[in-house]
Amino acid sequence: MHDRGRPEPRYPGYDVLTKRQGPSWNEQTRRVVSQRLAVPAEPRFFTPDEFRTVASVAARIVPQPDGRPPVPVAALIDEKLFRGASDGYRPEGMPREREAWRQGLQALDAEAKAAYGAAFHAIGAARQDGLLARMQSGDMTSPAWGRMSPQDFFKRRMARDVVLAYYAHPTAWSEIGWGGPASPRGYVRLDFDERDPWEAAEAGSGDAVEVRRINRHVG
Amino acid sequence: MSDNPQHTPRARRGRAPDVFRPGGWVPMREYGEDETVDFAIVGTGAGGGTLACKLAEYGFSVVAFDAGPYFRPLEDFASDESEQTKLYWTDDRIVDGANPLQLGSNNSGKAVGGSTVHFAMVSLRFRPEWFKSRSLLGYGADWPLDWREMWNYYREVEQALKIAGPVNYPWGPPRPRYPYRAHPLNAAARVLAKGCEALGIGWTETPLATLSAPRGLAHPCVYRGFCVAGCSTNAKQSALVTWIPRALAAGAEIRDLAMVGRVEVDAAGRATGVHFHRDGTWHFQRARHVVVAGYAIETPRLLLNSTNGQFPDGLANSSGLVGENLMAQSNQAVWGLMDQEIRSYKGPPSLAITEHWNYEDKGKDFFGGYSYMSQGPLPQLWANTQMAARGLWGARLMSDMQNYNHVAGLKIVGEMLPQENNRVTLADEVDQFGLRIPRVTYSWCDNDKRLIAHALKFMTQALEEADARDIWTQEDDTCHLNGTARMGSDPARSVVNADCRSWDIPNLWICDGSVFPTVGGANPSLTIQAIACRTADRIRDLAGRGELDQPARRRYAAQTAQ
Repeated sequence: MHDRGRPEPRYPGYDVLTKRQGPSWNEQTRRVVSQRLAVPAEPRFFTPDEFRTVASVAARIVPQPDGRPPVPVAALIDEKLFRGASDGYRPEGMPREREAWRQGLQALDAEAKAAYGAAFHAIGAARQDGLLARMQSGDMTSPAWGRMSPQDFFKRRMARDVVLAYYAHPTAWSEIGWGGPASPRGYVRLDFDERDPWEAAEAGSGDAVEVRRINRHVG
Repeated sequence: MSDNPQHTPRARRGRAPDVFRPGGWVPMREYGEDETVDFAIVGTGAGGGTLACKLAEYGFSVVAFDAGPYFRPLEDFASDESEQTKLYWTDDRIVDGANPLQLGSNNSGKAVGGSTVHFAMVSLRFRPEWFKSRSLLGYGADWPLDWREMWNYYREVEQALKIAGPVNYPWGPPRPRYPYRAHPLNAAARVLAKGCEALGIGWTETPLATLSAPRGLAHPCVYRGFCVAGCSTNAKQSALVTWIPRALAAGAEIRDLAMVGRVEVDAAGRATGVHFHRDGTWHFQRARHVVVAGYAIETPRLLLNSTNGQFPDGLANSSGLVGENLMAQSNQAVWGLMDQEIRSYKGPPSLAITEHWNYEDKGKDFFGGYSYMSQGPLPQLWANTQMAARGLWGARLMSDMQNYNHVAGLKIVGEMLPQENNRVTLADEVDQFGLRIPRVTYSWCDNDKRLIAHALKFMTQALEEADARDIWTQEDDTCHLNGTARMGSDPARSVVNADCRSWDIPNLWICDGSVFPTVGGANPSLTIQAIACRTADRIRDLAGRGELDQPARRRYAAQTAQ
C-alpha cells in the first residue's frame, strides 16, 4: 500500500470526465454534472463578506493541492442555499439551513475577533484550524451562537456542506479513483483486485507509464 | 423530458407515467372528489403502495395519495448522489433527545413508491420468535400476528418482488427457494464472508429486491452501485415498479404531489375522507375508509394534526400511544483498510449478510438481535462519514479519502427496544402547507447501548480476522423508523388491531412500519409489505362477511367476553 500524504497522485492521469460521452453516463447525468461544472463563481445567497469566510473555511476543511483548478466549494454551497435545498431535519436550537449558515458565520467571526482581534479570513491557517477544532469540540461561548450549538453547526451544517460540495465534484472523484457515474453500463468485475477497463488504475498496480496510459484511456 | 415531476403532477387526465418507458404513459382510472371511494390511502410506499395494489385487485375503488413526485427512473434518475437527494423527505423537522436521529436520507422518502425507491433492497423475514418477543424472549411486546401466517405472506412478497437470494437460507425455519438466483459477491462481501468463516459463524448472500435475471421490461442489475440513490435501470423492485403498476392496471388512481394534511371525521366518529393539497389549493376526497401509510413520522403527525372536538388528542389516540414507541434500528459500523483493492462502489451495497446474532441467544448481555452486512458507500456519503463519525477534516481527511478503494466495512441493523419516551410530537412551527411540523425525540436505552457495544466488538474481530488494518468504529448511525402506532390485542395498549384497523375509528386504518410493536434486527420492508398483503386479505374477508363496518372494539369486547 501507499504512504499517507504522498505527493504523487494515487490515480495518475485519471480524469473521470473522460467517460462523459461514453456508456457509463446517461443523458440526465451529463445534464446534472454540466450544471454543477457551470456553477456561478459569484455568490447569489451569501454576501461578499460571508462568501469570503466560507471560502476560508472550505480551504481548511478540504485543503486542495496546487497545480489543478480548485473545486469551487464555496460557490457550490452558495448554489445549494440559493436553491433552498434542505437536509430535512435540524437539531433543537438550530435554525434552518440558510439562517444557520448566516448565524454560524457571524459567530465564527465573533470568535475570531475575540481571540485574535480579526475576522476569520484574516487570521492565518494555523489559527483558523485552531478555531475550527474548538468549534468541533464545542469549546466556544460567544453569545453570537444564540441557541445553536457550535458542535452541531460544525458537524451537521458547516463541515457537512463543505465535504458534500467537494465530493460532488468530478475533480474529487478522479482524485480518489472512484468509477463515477455508471448508468447504463455498470460494472462486471467485482472481486478483490478486479478492475473493469473503464475504471482507474492505482499507482503501484503496474508499470508507472502503463498506469498513466490506462488512466488516460478509461472511457 | 418536457415536464418536471417535482413541480407538476403527472398522474392525471386519465393517465399515469409508464415507469418502464421514457416519456411513456399508461391508462389510469380517475375518481371525482365527490365520488365516495372505498379506500383513500395516504402514502404509496411499502405499506400504502402494496395495499393499494391488493385492494384494487380485490375490486375495491382506491385512490392513493403521495406527497412526492411520480418519477420514471429511466429518464429522471441520474448517477449522482447530490441530484438524487430529490428522493428524500426534506420538509422541516426538529430532532432532540439524548441521541437525536438523523433524518431526511436513508430513513425517508418522498416519491410515488416512498422510500422503496431508494432502499438498499435487503429483504429479510423476521425471526419467528420476534412476533412473541415478550412471551418467548422476555422483552418488548408481543405482536397480535402468528409467524406461520406471516411466513405465507413473506412468500407472497418474495414472489411479487422476484427476490434474488441463496438456495438455502442458513437461519430459521425452512423457507421456499428464492424466486431468482443470488447475486455474485463483490470484494466487500467476500471480506464479510472471510471474517464469519474465521469466527465460525454462518453467512450468506443477502436476499435482495433487485433482479438477477430479466423480468418483463426490466433488465437484471448491472452492478452500478447507486442503489440507495435510486435505480436508473429498474432492476430494483421498488413499489414504484412493482405494486404501483399492478394497482393502476387493477383500476386504482394514484395522486402524485398530493400532500394530505388532515383526515376528516364526522360527528358519528367515522372518517369521511381526506383533505389534500395539490395544484396550489386544498381539496377534499370522500372515502368510506381511510388508510394512513405515511411511515413512522408522517403517520402519527397526520393523526395528531387531525384533532377535532371529539378527538382533541388526535385520531385513534385513546391509548395515548400515537407517536410513542418510535424505534429506529442501530446502524453502527466497523471500517478498515484491505491491502487488496475492494472498490465497494460496485454492486448493491450489501451483497453478504450474517444473521447469526439474530438467531443465537447465548453469549449476549442484551435483549434483541442484530444482523450485519457488507457496505458500499459512495464518495459523498463516505466523506461525510469520515467527517461526522470519525471527526476527520483538513489534510487528514484528504489523505484518508485516498484509501477509498481499499475500504471494507461491516454495518449492523440492530434491534432497539420500544420506549414510550422515544416519540413523534408536534412542534409549534408550521411547514409550507401551514401544518405543524414533527418533533422527533430519541434516546438510546442501556439495552440499545449494550447491543451496539457487543456488535462493534464482534465486528472488529471479524475485520481483524479478514486481515483488515487501521480499523475504526462508527458509533452514531441509525436506520429505518418503526413504531408510533403499534398493533396489539388490547385497545388500551395499542393503536390498531392485527388487521391494522384503529381501535377508535372503525373505518380508519394504519398500514406501514408504524404498526410494528418491536423491530428485530432485520430491515423492515419485507415485513411491512407482508403485513399490507395480510391486511388486504383481511379487508376482503371482512367485506365478504359483511363485517367491514363493524368496529374493531365490538369484536374485541365479544372476544374478551367469551
